[in-house]
Amino acid sequence: MSKQRAAVLGTGQTHYRAKRQDVSMAGLLREAIDRAMADAQVGWSDIDAVVVGKAPDFFEGVMMPELSLADAIGAVGKPLLRVHTAGSVGGSTGVVASSLVQAGVHERVLAVAWEKQSESNAMWALSIPIPFNMPVNAGAGGYFAPHVRSYIRRSGAPNHVGAIVAAKDRRNGAKNPYAHLQQPDMTMEKVQESQMLWDPIRYDETCPSSDGACAVVIGNEAAAAAVDRPAWIHATAMRTEPTTYAGRDQVNPKAGQQCAAALWKMAGITNPLEEIDAAEIYVPFSWFEPMWLENLGFMPEGEGWQLTEAGETEIGGKLPINCSGGVLSSNPIGASGMIRFAEAAMQVMGRAGDHQVDGARKAVGHAYGGGSQFFSMWVVGAEKP
Amino acid sequence: MRDVAVVGFTQSQQQRRTTGTTNGVEMLVPLITDAFAGLGITKHDIGFWCSGSSDYLAGRAFSFVSAVDATGPVPPINESHVEVDAAWALYEAWVKIQTGEVDTALVYGFGKSSAGDLRRTLALQLDPYTLAPLWPDSVGVAGLQAQLGIDQGKWSEQDMAEVAVRCRRAAETNPYAQVTGSKDADALLAEPYFAQPLRRHDCAPITDGAAVIVLAADDRARELVERPAWITGIAHAIDSAHLGARDLTTSPSTVAAAQRAGIDGVEVAELYTPFTHQELILRRDLVLGDGVRVTPSGGALAGNPMFAGGLVRIGEAARQISDGTAGRVLAHATGGPALQQNLVCVMEGRD
Repeated sequence: MSKQRAAVLGTGQTHYRAKRQDVSMAGLLREAIDRAMADAQVGWSDIDAVVVGKAPDFFEGVMMPELSLADAIGAVGKPLLRVHTAGSVGGSTGVVASSLVQAGVHERVLAVAWEKQSESNAMWALSIPIPFNMPVNAGAGGYFAPHVRSYIRRSGAPNHVGAIVAAKDRRNGAKNPYAHLQQPDMTMEKVQESQMLWDPIRYDETCPSSDGACAVVIGNEAAAAAVDRPAWIHATAMRTEPTTYAGRDQVNPKAGQQCAAALWKMAGITNPLEEIDAAEIYVPFSWFEPMWLENLGFMPEGEGWQLTEAGETEIGGKLPINCSGGVLSSNPIGASGMIRFAEAAMQVMGRAGDHQVDGARKAVGHAYGGGSQFFSMWVVGAEKP
Repeated sequence: MRDVAVVGFTQSQQQRRTTGTTNGVEMLVPLITDAFAGLGITKHDIGFWCSGSSDYLAGRAFSFVSAVDATGPVPPINESHVEVDAAWALYEAWVKIQTGEVDTALVYGFGKSSAGDLRRTLALQLDPYTLAPLWPDSVGVAGLQAQLGIDQGKWSEQDMAEVAVRCRRAAETNPYAQVTGSKDADALLAEPYFAQPLRRHDCAPITDGAAVIVLAADDRARELVERPAWITGIAHAIDSAHLGARDLTTSPSTVAAAQRAGIDGVEVAELYTPFTHQELILRRDLVLGDGVRVTPSGGALAGNPMFAGGLVRIGEAARQISDGTAGRVLAHATGGPALQQNLVCVMEGRD
C-alpha cells in the first residue's frame, strides 16, 4: 500500500503565560484540544488515537504525565503514544501523528504537545548532576552564545542583526492573541538597550519561559474532504546527531542540513526561498534566525543575515518568518515545536488572523532540540501534494 | 499494509545491579553490535531508529539524548524516542515502515532500575494532584488489584503462587533470566507477605537491562533471515488513570488491543506481567486456552528490565517463530499502574 495523503484539519492553542495557575495540567491540555477539535469540526468519537509530546518529565515533576491525563485528553480505550525528543518534540509529535494517518493505520489522530513549567522548576530539572559529564552551569543561553559568536565571526554579520530579529518577532507576537509577550512597540534600538546576558545575546533577544499547550487534528483524505481549506502535509522529516563529536559544526549542524534536504526533496521543492511563502522556525535566541536560514538551505552559508537585515523576513517580505511571534514571544518548551507546525498550517489554511501572510500557499514548520542535534520539520500546503 | 517482520533480537543479561551509567550506553553498544553481526549489516542499513526509556527511572532529564550516542549517529540518522516501554517504540517504527519512507528500523529500550527506589519512582506516575501525594507505591497498587480479584473469587493466593512456580522454572532454560528455579507452591505460600496479599514470589525482581530489535519489510526481511517473524497485527490502548474508576480485575485495553491485532490461533503468548495475578487477568481476558504456552521465557517474574521488558516479550515471542518452535505467537507489553496501558503484537512464520 502506498502512502496515504494526510492533512491538518484544525489547530488549537492556549494563551501562553509565565504561570497558568488558573488551570491544572489537564485543564491546560483541554484548552488547546477543545479549540483544535472545534477548529477541525470533530467530536471525540471521530478521534482514533492520541499522540502526546512533552519535554522532560522533570519540568512538571510528574513521571509520564500522559498516564494520569488519559481520561482528560479523551484517550481512554484508544491508543495513546507519548513522544519525547527534547526541544524538537512538538514537531516530532506532529510527525508521528502524520505517520499514523499516512501509514493508513488511522483516519483521524489528535496530537497535543505541552509544557507547564510552573508546576516544577526547569532549572532544577536541568541541573541534576550527571556522572562523568561536565556541568554546563550556564542555562540554554550560556550554552548557545558561543555558537552565535562563532556565527558572527564566520559570516561577518553586523552586530545589530540579532536585535532586528528580536524586535520583529516581538512586534509579530503582538498580532497574535495567544502570544506570551505582547510588545507592539518593540524596536531594534530598545532591544539594543536591554541588558547583555550572554554576549552577544541581550535580555530582549531571549525567549520567555511559558506555560502552554498546542494541539492539531490530522486526518486522511476522506476526513479532509469534510473540512474547508485543510493544510495538506507535503513532507515530514526528522534527523538526529550526537551532542558532541570530533569535527561537529554546532553553528550549521549536519543533522539540520540533511533533515532540510530530505524535507525539500520529499516536498518536491528545489528552491525553498522562492517556493515557501511563510516559515515558522524555532528561534529561541534572535541570532538563530539567520543561522537556521542557512542551515535550512534558504540562503547560502554566511548570507542568512542579509535576508534578515533587508527586512525580507517581516510579514510582507520575501520569506516571512515567525509571523506568530515565534519562540521569542512564547516558549512552552515541549509545545514550541508543535506551535511552529500548527502556525505553518494556519498560514496555508488562511486562519492566521492578524498575522496572516496574504496568499500563503506553502509553509514550513521547524523545530530543534538538545544541543542543536534533534530536528523535526514539515511542509504544509493549500493544495494536495 | 506492508509485511513487516522482526528479524533480529538481542538482550542484555538481566541483573539486579549494573555498574554503568543510567543512560544505557554501556548496555546498548554490545547489543547493537551483536544485532548487526547476526544479520551481517551495519548502521548504514537502518532506515529509522526509535527508542523507549524514562527520565524518571534514570533520575535525570534527557537521558535518551546520551543513549543516542550508542547508535553512533554520524552521519545523522532518522530517529525518534518514546517515553514509554520500547514496545511502543517498536510500534512507532512499524508505523514509519508502513508509510513506505523506510524499509528497516532498529528499536531499543533500556532501564537501570537499580539507580533509584523503583517502587517510589513509579508512584510518581499517579495523578499528581490527588493520588501521588499519598505515595501509594507500585507494589501497593498491585496488591490492591490482587486483593480485589481474591475478594471476587477470581483467583487465589494458590493460583498466584503457581504462576510464579511455572515462570521461574521456565526461566531455567532462559540464559538471560535473573531469577530461575522455584520451590513448589506450598513452600512459597509458607513465606511471609511482602505487601499483603503479595509475597515476594508474586512480584517481579528489580532489574537492570536493555534490548534491541531489528525490523525489516517485505523482501528485505527475507534477504536477512531464513524465517522472519511477520507482524500480522499490532495495536495498543490505554485505560482510565483513576484506579477507583475501572475494574482492576480486568484489562479492557488489552482486550481492545487484542481485538485489533487479531490473536486467533496463537500457540504462544509472551505476557508482560510483573505481578503473578496480572498473568491470571490476561489469560482470562484474552481467553487463552490450555493449548497456548504462556510466557515460556519466564517473563517479568524472572527479570524485569523497565522500559525494555515489553520489547523483550516481543523478541522472545519472535524467537519462537525464528527457531521454528511455533507458527503463530502473541507478545504483550504493559505500562502504567495496574496494567493501565497495553500493547499486543501478533507474529507468524511463513513457509
